[in-house]
Amino acid sequence: MKRNVAIVGGGQTYHAARRHDVDQVEMVNEAVRRALDDAGMTIDEIDTVFLGNMEFFEGVHMTDCWLVHGTGAYGKPGLKITTGGTVGATTVCVGAHHIASGLFDKALCIGFEKQEEGDTGAILSGVAHPLWGRSLAGAAVGYFATMGSSYMATWGATEEHSAMVAVKARQNARKNPYAHLKLDITIEDALNSRMLSYPIRMLDMCPASNGACAMVLADEKTAKKRCKKPVWIRAMDTAHNEQFELDWRFVDTKRPIFSKVCAARMYKKLGVKKPAEYFDVFEVYEPATWAELIWYEDLGLCGPGEGFRLVEKGMTNIDGPIPVNPSGGVLSTNCIGASAMLRVWEAALQIRGDAGGHQVPKDVRRALTTGYGGTNWTVMTALSKTLDD
Amino acid sequence: MEEIKHYEPFEVDQHLTANSRYYAGRMGSRFYVALRDQQKILGAKCPKCNKVLWPPRSTCQVCFSELTETVEIGPLGTVETFTVVTYNEPVQPRKAPFVYAVIKLDGADTGMAHFLDEVDLDEVHIGMRVRPVFARDRKANILDIQYFKPL
Repeated sequence: MKRNVAIVGGGQTYHAARRHDVDQVEMVNEAVRRALDDAGMTIDEIDTVFLGNMEFFEGVHMTDCWLVHGTGAYGKPGLKITTGGTVGATTVCVGAHHIASGLFDKALCIGFEKQEEGDTGAILSGVAHPLWGRSLAGAAVGYFATMGSSYMATWGATEEHSAMVAVKARQNARKNPYAHLKLDITIEDALNSRMLSYPIRMLDMCPASNGACAMVLADEKTAKKRCKKPVWIRAMDTAHNEQFELDWRFVDTKRPIFSKVCAARMYKKLGVKKPAEYFDVFEVYEPATWAELIWYEDLGLCGPGEGFRLVEKGMTNIDGPIPVNPSGGVLSTNCIGASAMLRVWEAALQIRGDAGGHQVPKDVRRALTTGYGGTNWTVMTALSKTLDD
Repeated sequence: MEEIKHYEPFEVDQHLTANSRYYAGRMGSRFYVALRDQQKILGAKCPKCNKVLWPPRSTCQVCFSELTETVEIGPLGTVETFTVVTYNEPVQPRKAPFVYAVIKLDGADTGMAHFLDEVDLDEVHIGMRVRPVFARDRKANILDIQYFKPL
């Protein structure tokens, strides 16, 4: 990067299924005020504002325009970002690019979703191709269900393994006061939850949450002057496949797919040979349990077909050697426009040592986060404690 | 123009129905309850800017102060600008001709767009004094103010 970029502050709302007490502007403003407080900055000090959400998920267009008094973007330059599930991470990426380029020194990045207000299922069907997919489409469960079927048939995993991921996520969420689904559940509970679409059960899926996350990014000079614990953005990358390249239908495919391609490029940039050792914590975008197991493999935390063994052995637990999603992840909180940003913010909190009840019990110097866009793309972000990494 | 008659261009008609609901929030809820139950119109006061804003909001867009104080504005107001709509479109809420006016209510620093009815189209003018006509059956909707009309 031309200039180094640091996360110098952030904040999030308490995420929940119902936020009848606030409108979209007020909800977003909660996260913005927390982020500014955390950064020790006033809105006047912010040079530019980037807002991200899932297009039309709350039944309104131009959210950058009519949320402007809540975001603090009034009179400031900025952009609205809508890249689907990845949008929160893309918004951080956009903020970081603008600072790295030298155009601005301090950027406020915001991701939000008030899912209770819109028709998520209907609008998600608009993501499907109008000629080839839309008449068949219905929300996101089917995508992950077919992924799960393939994964079990190919590698010999069972529903118990997805249940282990379901339990890990919700038990971690219980340690995170901001998480939505803080469920004290067992493997039995997960296996007995209602079947939605084989093999996806209710507890294999993320909730529909309302919430927002905001982050303040700054250039190196500002970060060193103003921030006690800056977290450095060391690398970012985005990779796309095409909508119909559903390559997890053969999870042992050798063809390049977005997640593996993106990880390979990130590791090359950073000189990473053993990602499970290089990074101290991972925050991945797992809207369904099976997706988390596939992330383990696509990120190279284990070999192909070994993801379910990692969760079986507790390797990815909060106190395991490769902690994944100590926050509870997307399985516990999915306010879509904020979800990919929450991965980055939660990873930053881990590096700062400020994650509180869900802080992983080891020295965290480096973290990797992923985003996940509906039809086969990802945005990844690597963070570190120092510029030496 | 390029010759493209080698095939029949195929068109697929698509319709999406998306329902939505909207929560009015801290300020919006106070506004609509006051309008519905008391026929009062509320603005939000920014003590720092010393402005009364309509629509009421929880954050002043200019100074970023958190706003909690509401003040009653109107009911009388002044036309700041207007137009007479003389064409019909399915999306329009009314059949032409009708008048849209931006009305600054007394005590407010910002204007609101609304219908101006019971008015001679030749006599509508900037600076015209108007008053609201409240709907009989009020549902906490901006059309609880049915329209404005000249004094």
